[in-house]
Amino acid sequence: MIETRSMTLNMGPQHPATHGVLRLLLELDGEIIVKAVPHIGYLHRGIEKLAESMTYPQALTLTDRLDYTSGLSNNLAYCLAVEKLLDIAIPKRAQYLRVLMAELQRIAAHLLWVATHALDLGAMTVLFYAFRDRETILEMLELITGARLTPSFIRVGGLAADIPESFLPRVKEFVDDFPKRVDEYETLLTENIIWKKRTQNISPLSGEECISYGVTGSILRASGVYYDVRKAYPYSSYEDFDFEIPMGKNGDVYDRYVVRLKEMRQSNRIVRQVMERLPAGRVTADDAPQVTPPPKEEVGKDIAALIRHFKIMEQGFKTPRGEVYASIESSKGELGFYLISDGSNKPFRMKIRPPSFINLAALPKMIEGQMVADVIAAIGSIDIVLGEIDR
Amino acid sequence: MAKCTACELLRENFPEAVLAVSDFRDESTVVVDKERLRAVMTFLKESEETLYDLVIDIAGVDTGNESPRFQVVYLLHSIKFNRRLRIKIPVAEGSTLDTVSDIWKAADWMEREVYDMFGIGFTAHPDLRRILLPDDFVGHPLRKEFPLKGDDFDRPFLVCLEEEQGNQADD
Repeated sequence: MIETRSMTLNMGPQHPATHGVLRLLLELDGEIIVKAVPHIGYLHRGIEKLAESMTYPQALTLTDRLDYTSGLSNNLAYCLAVEKLLDIAIPKRAQYLRVLMAELQRIAAHLLWVATHALDLGAMTVLFYAFRDRETILEMLELITGARLTPSFIRVGGLAADIPESFLPRVKEFVDDFPKRVDEYETLLTENIIWKKRTQNISPLSGEECISYGVTGSILRASGVYYDVRKAYPYSSYEDFDFEIPMGKNGDVYDRYVVRLKEMRQSNRIVRQVMERLPAGRVTADDAPQVTPPPKEEVGKDIAALIRHFKIMEQGFKTPRGEVYASIESSKGELGFYLISDGSNKPFRMKIRPPSFINLAALPKMIEGQMVADVIAAIGSIDIVLGEIDR
Repeated sequence: MAKCTACELLRENFPEAVLAVSDFRDESTVVVDKERLRAVMTFLKESEETLYDLVIDIAGVDTGNESPRFQVVYLLHSIKFNRRLRIKIPVAEGSTLDTVSDIWKAADWMEREVYDMFGIGFTAHPDLRRILLPDDFVGHPLRKEFPLKGDDFDRPFLVCLEEEQGNQADD
């Protein structure tokens, strides 16, 4: 009789295809995965704890460092939660610009995803194409926010500043061009026989399994469940725009790829609509002087404005006692902030609902019974960002 | 005040378990007795009128000086009815909760995180280990008494290094 035994393989934390410091303990029977145990926390910075010691405007900077591929989306989710707590209304122009930035950020995040995911599976060309276009977006965002990675630009009560004049022409150029770029990625991958063999029927999840595991975002929709926060609980005027939610049906790696590519096209559609309908007006809330700092010109001339500016920067603002949950559809899934306020100027408790964390919990279910080589495809298809998982 | 079907149903079916119902910014919160946690959760998930099939998040809260000290908050969503509900369970220090990880698989990691950060145990959880912090970590950082900074936090790195090296000769 042949003696057989299972082997334990340690994948990561330093592994190019784990997209950060994720460690997987794989128990193998030959090349088949019997059991997979993810180990996380290598990037834990205690963001939820730190937030309790910071004023509301200060804690905003922490959110940039969650999912660092989409800082503006994180800013947006946090600001929506604080604004819900304060119960203040945001002017339409600011809401539209927030949508514009969030959608550009989603395209950038999806481009990063398609680049690295394809690279993991051996298709290197896509990386150069996708990074070229991602660079265009980052440059545009840099033009408004001044930063590529950690913008902190969406502020409680509106935006940090209005957009410069040169911004919209550049967006227009990009928006007109982008559908052709997506076609280019599709010619490289969608009908590519190697790509299909590596992704079709790999690590499938059914709709029920996704729901049970709490999976949200593109993975859930690739399994045929219609749930998108932008449609379910429209925020920041998403109800004003016309867009579709792409759906898959098999819930495998290939369907997730198809859904995300279609999402980029839809995001592009939204950006175009925002650009065409952008209303004039202020970008900060009018009726909330305790929250929004005065314009820079006034600060230099008016002593009262100067005092107000320093008060907000130094002490922040107090929020009413209570608790709220606000969420957005980030590029990874439902990103939510659950805030509890005790009436002071610092959050009493800030719980982040990180989509990657919860989606990653379904990874063992996805890969058990599959081959080792498919683990990389599965991890790539979840689109994890460890900054968000470990917080 | 927004109408909360689930709150009324819970009041009808579990009159002894529902401790309070509140509404803030159109979000409903039901405070439930911890002994009836599993019964209430199973009802919310399976009843035709509620169908809270997606657990959005589970959050621990350290209230500091309230009694009981901790709270575990369950955020639920129903895909069919597109409704959200918050269930809050007060937990005393040192006591444990029943797990709901067999009702929703997603609760597995979420409960581990609550355990890791607050030290609240979950009975019958299949794999209750620390999740974000290393296994040999001492303390539960999101408790209010846990310090934010170490005692050498604001001293320059070089000073710390010198102290560590003692009086070793430097050439």
